[in-house]
Amino acid sequence: MIKDITIGQYYKADSVLHKCDPRTKLILTIAFIVVIFLCKNFFSLGLMAALTVVSMLISKVPVKMFLKSMKPIIPLVLLTAILNVFYTTGGEVLLSIWKITIRDKAIFTAIFIAIRIFCLIIISSLLTYTTTPTMLTDGIEKLLKPLDFILKPFNFRVHTLAMMMTLALRFIPTLIEEIDKIMNAQKARGADLESGGIIERAKALIPIIIPLFVSSFRRAYELAFAMDCRCYTGGDGRTRMKRMKFSLCDLFVFLSFIIIFAGIVFLNIKFDAVI
Amino acid sequence: MTEEFIKFENVSFRYENAEDEPELPLALKNINLTVNKGELVAVLGHNGSGKSTLAKLTNAILVPESGKVSVMGMDTANEDLKYEIRRKVGMVFQNPDNQIVATIVEDDVAFGPENLGVEPDEIRIRVDESLKAVEMYEMRQAEPHNLSGGQKQRVAIAGILAMQTDGIVFDEPTAMLDPRGRQAVMDTILKINKEQGKTVMFITHFMDEAVLADRVIVVNNGEIMTDGTPQEVFSDIGRLKKVGLDVPQARELQYRLKENGIDLNGNILFEDECVKAIKELFQKKVL
Ligand SMILES: Nc1ncnc2c1ncn2[C@@H]1O[C@H](COP(=O)(O)OP(=O)(O)OP(=O)(O)O)[C@@H](O)[C@H]1O
Ligand SMILES: [Mg+2]
Repeated sequence: MIKDITIGQYYKADSVLHKCDPRTKLILTIAFIVVIFLCKNFFSLGLMAALTVVSMLISKVPVKMFLKSMKPIIPLVLLTAILNVFYTTGGEVLLSIWKITIRDKAIFTAIFIAIRIFCLIIISSLLTYTTTPTMLTDGIEKLLKPLDFILKPFNFRVHTLAMMMTLALRFIPTLIEEIDKIMNAQKARGADLESGGIIERAKALIPIIIPLFVSSFRRAYELAFAMDCRCYTGGDGRTRMKRMKFSLCDLFVFLSFIIIFAGIVFLNIKFDAVI
Repeated sequence: MTEEFIKFENVSFRYENAEDEPELPLALKNINLTVNKGELVAVLGHNGSGKSTLAKLTNAILVPESGKVSVMGMDTANEDLKYEIRRKVGMVFQNPDNQIVATIVEDDVAFGPENLGVEPDEIRIRVDESLKAVEMYEMRQAEPHNLSGGQKQRVAIAGILAMQTDGIVFDEPTAMLDPRGRQAVMDTILKINKEQGKTVMFITHFMDEAVLADRVIVVNNGEIMTDGTPQEVFSDIGRLKKVGLDVPQARELQYRLKENGIDLNGNILFEDECVKAIKELFQKKVL
């Protein structure tokens, strides 16, 4: 069950978005997030949603995969929407029962926020579905490279950060498997993980977390040996098998997005804000 | 002509003791050992006898307390030569999970050559060749956590092959695998030695793997107890048993039969040899 978590999962397909340089995708994803928070009316948000859906379709990743990544978020979205319905003030009163009044603005806000969150999830899933983790961390490393200048006095490098991310992504499935094993082992010894109040359940996790820590340290120790044996000395003097290159694809995707973003900003200014 | 590859001269080694604890005993005592280029060497010994320590001394992960270890004439104690030595001797460990660095098979195989600063196109060639050598080329895009233990271990081996080292040291590469995975990894190891001519040293607890080597070294309590061909080493069964080691099954059967007055010809190590000898015996109607 825990194995179903889809973090940084890559879906192999042959699409424009797959061919794009990871840096293009990273920059556009960040730009997307900024722009979607600027949206204030349904026209701009609508264009944003259209952009999301079109990107999703041209990625050739099955829609089912996106639904899977959205499923766990639905309760959260509903909760946020409902809270907004009660807490928004202003606008016309649509319905008033006892102490609860529902206003039109509140409904708009709720829908608005739901759409916004779904767009965010789809776009960030799109990034990980179309980019291998290696390309993603390489992209981040290249983009943040200028920061080395600031980090150097602290004896830290952007490369180190990228390597940490790679290893984290690599070991998430391994550690999940390990947690499963430890849980079963502790259950076999009579540990009760399911009953009791929140405090008892939290306490019951201690015999899981401690072995997990111990084994992670052992793994880290062995991994360090193995990396050392493979002549890893940090980022300096390292080459890459997969070269990153901006291509026509990138230019095309980049320009399309920029034009649409401009359109969104325009719609945003042109029409009145609803939230 | 034989050329020395790894050479141990009077090597002793002791792990560092924790503060305010007494000094640990020597893990290795006065080891003298020469591994020549192109050899296939198996290392045997019971738990804690010092096999892994011996392995780690070969590529400067550990350096001797006294004595000298050299790889192609380079002293492992020389800090400046450390990475030069690791370009010559690669190492594969027991747990394949803890040696795979990347989230995609081919990216992991590329890790070594990337560290060495090899040109991208050349890395691509090396990665493809190495994956083909371990028969994992079809799975080059797979994610390591979806592979079986034997497959992961072969990816780890490919990762070292791509570095094009002259030799590889394996520390119990088959210990965590099922029989089929073990077979695949052993076949790969033999192929690396026979076809690519790399020097191979492998540590194992399985006697049926050890007999495949050209040379078997038995380590006992930090010392080299026996060093010879499998034929020589497995001839003295009593001695091996005394230090807690098994012997190959076929050899064991021959030994037991002999105790019961049935003498099979020769010094049998392999199952098919054993079958042949027993068949001969039947045909002579001795039974
Ligand atoms: N990191 C360490 N610190 C202290 N002592 C160690 C360390 N690693 C090993 N030893 C000790 O050194 C001795 C030799 O250990 P080594 O790991 O070489 O044995 P081994 O032959 O590989 O055993 P196994 O078959 O279990 O792998 C053992 O007595 C062990 O307890
Ligand atoms: Mg060992």
